[in-house]
Amino acid sequence: MKIGVLLKQVPATDTRIKINAGGTGIETGGVKLEINPYDEHALEEALKLKDKKIAKQVVIISIGGKGNDQRIRDGLARGADAGMWINDPSLEGADSLTVAKVLAGAAKAEGVEMLIAGKQAVDNDNAQVPAMVAEILGWPQALVISELSVDGGAFQATRDIGGGLRQVVKGALPVVLSADKALNTPRYASLPGIMKARRKPIAKKTASDFGVAVGEPMVADANWSLPPERPAGRILDGEPADVVAELVNLLRTEAKVL
Amino acid sequence: MPGILILADHDAGGFKTTALELVGKARELGGPVAALAIGTAGGEGLPADLVLTVDGPEFADFNTDPWVAALAAAVEKVQPDVILATANMIARDVMPRLAARLGVGLACDVVELKLEGGAVVGRRPVYGGKALFDVTIKSSPAIFTARPNAFVPVAAGSPGGVEALTVGVSAALVQVVETLEPAGDVADLTEASLIVAGGRAVKSTEGFDQLIRPLAAAIGASPGASRAAVDAGFCPHSEQVGQTGKVVNPSLYIACGISGAIQHLAGMRTSKVIVAVNKDADAPIFQFASYGIVGDIFTICPMLTEALK
Repeated sequence: MKIGVLLKQVPATDTRIKINAGGTGIETGGVKLEINPYDEHALEEALKLKDKKIAKQVVIISIGGKGNDQRIRDGLARGADAGMWINDPSLEGADSLTVAKVLAGAAKAEGVEMLIAGKQAVDNDNAQVPAMVAEILGWPQALVISELSVDGGAFQATRDIGGGLRQVVKGALPVVLSADKALNTPRYASLPGIMKARRKPIAKKTASDFGVAVGEPMVADANWSLPPERPAGRILDGEPADVVAELVNLLRTEAKVL
Repeated sequence: MPGILILADHDAGGFKTTALELVGKARELGGPVAALAIGTAGGEGLPADLVLTVDGPEFADFNTDPWVAALAAAVEKVQPDVILATANMIARDVMPRLAARLGVGLACDVVELKLEGGAVVGRRPVYGGKALFDVTIKSSPAIFTARPNAFVPVAAGSPGGVEALTVGVSAALVQVVETLEPAGDVADLTEASLIVAGGRAVKSTEGFDQLIRPLAAAIGASPGASRAAVDAGFCPHSEQVGQTGKVVNPSLYIACGISGAIQHLAGMRTSKVIVAVNKDADAPIFQFASYGIVGDIFTICPMLTEALK
């Protein structure tokens, strides 16, 4: 079986976000990019299936601009076999459905039987693409999973359905999965892995390679801003017993949240 | 005046507050309000113009395919201009799939929604809440999911009408084997109105269990944690608050021994009231706190638990 891992590069989570002069997005200068944290768990799960000989090949499929080849190379160093870099300026700012159409096309072209993504990318926080890809391909989906087993042509996964509930679901391959953090602990690249990754192939593609014509996005953003500042609070001073009593009183009578 | 279809959440106690919040916002936007209630035969309590109900064995447990089929059938019947759902895990599962089926745009997790020159404009947080933008959808229907607690709920009331919707469901692509209940009786963090969270300073699982959980239990709050506490193994991933955990919006957030890394602040900064307890007077969390106590959580938390019991 061949597994496709959907991988995206995003600003590092410790980035102090600033808004650009036009209010049309974030200030990208000097921002350090890294693999979307959840995608590391997606990749790890694919690599685990390869370690267990359930998967023969793991291919990273990634849309992104400058620097994206380094993220793919990082994934190859951890153990993926090949990469596909869809580098297409027309996809910058594209809506999720357009992105999903391109990725679905890439998955078909690669002949993968399983696609694993992170549960969401921590830049735009859309969490839309995996389900959209599944719908386009007509495949089942199991999203935000914390456990996975694959046996023959069948999968079983545990997904988060909210309210503290998790659901065990099963179905037949092919399938689209998305990884939560609890799924596994991502590995680091080894030095031999890094050396080997240099010789692994990265295919370069654009949206048109998959027959997708990128038009005006259906979802448009404007008026970017930072969140409003919080009003200044106050530090309660005194002996522990006094400040605790004061806090309880403030929560009940001033803030009225208890 | 856009016609609106909402996906109305309900549980054993009837329609949830989040459903009443969506009706409240839909009334404000104007136009007829239809609601889809899946897995129930009744519409009582939800003051929409029309409640469409979908019931049957295939709707007993949540499952993607029957849910999307029900939504698609409701869209076909109502022909809405706007579809609203609460931004919960189920909406995350089904709404993108519905959007792809209809070939339309979706904006998730909006915290504001208003009419501007006839167009519905949402405002949504991105980068885990470190930035926000206005979002418009140039397709019809336009689908929005909204964060819990973002809109003012209407009072419960009777619907204008209730109609059973017939949904043709083909075999689901996945089968539900079982549903796993949470260990304790705690509200989902993303919908919790009270949260008590612990950081690395709890030192151990025992520390988390002795300081954070009892304090949470004393006020009926959900326990949460910083990434540092989760990575150290003091509590499960499901309790992590922050950019790579849950984004929360409670009325009270008590942060115990949490320094306030930028990723954590992103996930809880919209809390109405933030209380910080930390030994380090220079911890960034104090800049966000409504009330701060500089002190040892091993001293303060048990006293606070006792005082709030």
